[in-house]
Amino acid sequence: MKILELKNIHKSFGEKKIHQGVNFYLEQGETIALLGHSGTGKSVLLRSIIGLEQIDQGEVIFRQQRIDQLDEESYYPLRTKISYSFQNAALFDSLSVFENIAYPLFEHTKLNETQINQKVEDVLKIVNMSQAKFLMPSDLSGGMQKRVGLARSMILNPEILLYDEPTAGLDPVNTDMVIDIMNEFKARGFSGIFVTHDIPAAKRVCDRFLLLRDGKIYFNGTLEEFNHSNDPFVLTFGSTHRSRHDVP
Amino acid sequence: MKDLKAGLILTGDILDFTKDVFTRLFSKPFYWGRLFDQIIQLGLGSLSISIVIGFITGLVMTLQFGYGLAKFGGTLYVPAIVSVSLLRELAPIFTSLLIAGRVGSGISAEIGAMNVTGQIDAIRALGTSPVRVLVIPRVLATVLTLPLLATLASFTGIIGGMLISYIEFGMPAGFYANKVLSTIVFADIFGSIFKCAFFGLVISILACYRGFHTKEGTRGVGNATTWVVVRSSIIILISDFFLSKIILVGFYQ
Repeated sequence: MKILELKNIHKSFGEKKIHQGVNFYLEQGETIALLGHSGTGKSVLLRSIIGLEQIDQGEVIFRQQRIDQLDEESYYPLRTKISYSFQNAALFDSLSVFENIAYPLFEHTKLNETQINQKVEDVLKIVNMSQAKFLMPSDLSGGMQKRVGLARSMILNPEILLYDEPTAGLDPVNTDMVIDIMNEFKARGFSGIFVTHDIPAAKRVCDRFLLLRDGKIYFNGTLEEFNHSNDPFVLTFGSTHRSRHDVP
Repeated sequence: MKDLKAGLILTGDILDFTKDVFTRLFSKPFYWGRLFDQIIQLGLGSLSISIVIGFITGLVMTLQFGYGLAKFGGTLYVPAIVSVSLLRELAPIFTSLLIAGRVGSGISAEIGAMNVTGQIDAIRALGTSPVRVLVIPRVLATVLTLPLLATLASFTGIIGGMLISYIEFGMPAGFYANKVLSTIVFADIFGSIFKCAFFGLVISILACYRGFHTKEGTRGVGNATTWVVVRSSIIILISDFFLSKIILVGFYQ
């Protein structure tokens, strides 16, 4: 069942056309990889899904409801169902790790402090950050910040999680941890869109691979199809973004 | 011509932003906790400097007017002149300029830094409104605390005047207080509160607006704070003339 669908998305910044008719869908429970060279508008596409960017033309459909025409206030409840994990984590630097993760719970639930504390501890265990509960974001490494960002994104159990380059700039150990978190989330039956350049990481999580080129989805296929594609662009893209950690 | 057009667009944007703030002000959710936090941070944080400014202004004015008027035998008028000047103009203006520097720059730097590090987007992405979470508590806190700080500055200035009048001119404190109380009218206090509330609105709206539109990383944050202090100071000084005129026509004639 399609949980999210993007139809004919167009987006420009001034004269620069970013998207020129992007079409794809996301099935319930699947995680897809959104690949493409830098500057092709992968992050903009993710931001457009939850209204952080306004599209110029096209439709974004979530559970058979068109959501691209909502006003800012109407997006707020939707953003508890479609969560966004920022590339730079975007933690609130004046709040502790606990306060960062608890923020959505205080805002959107009527849980008492004990329940909130319990939920935060549970999610901290998943991201292997229990020891950092009372630290400030400035005390954390980049990888730890990303894991806290992921924890904050998943605390409300959203139906879809949008991952904006969660493994970018991480060492192999931290990358493994993030991949494990994403797989844990997937195992719970939730859906995800994984924007990345890290093809080996994507192969460990994603069911389908989308390649963005010239403002459109150039390739859309399974891991098998991606691996065995004869298309020169897919082949080149796959080989240039393959890292030493890749497992064919 | 190009500058005029840019200025008009900017004014329109700021008015739009102000409309957004007032629209959300009267709908739920309202963050009482954040409002109290801001009142404590902005109000209490500016308390000591407001007291010092008011007190020193009162001392200096009394000294200058006291010796100036003594030549004409007018020392008795010092309490009236000092108290009215402080309440109507000096305390509101000095305190507002101080708050523009201290609080306005602080707000724009904090929100600006949040903007360039993606924290404003994070607030939106987590299903909450940055205007409700960040702007409304700061605007209300500034509008509420600035009149109180200015009133306090006036009071400490009058006390400072009383002290100097006694030390330098031998004027009894009871006489001084009696002269002050018989001079001050309700319109003086109301005018001061009204002006300061308006100045508080100007400072906080400009600071929040600029914070939300900060670009170019840390350099942008620095530019934003300068922009806010300069613009809000100019608007305070210009609008003071018109507000004073309105208050004079409305309450004293």
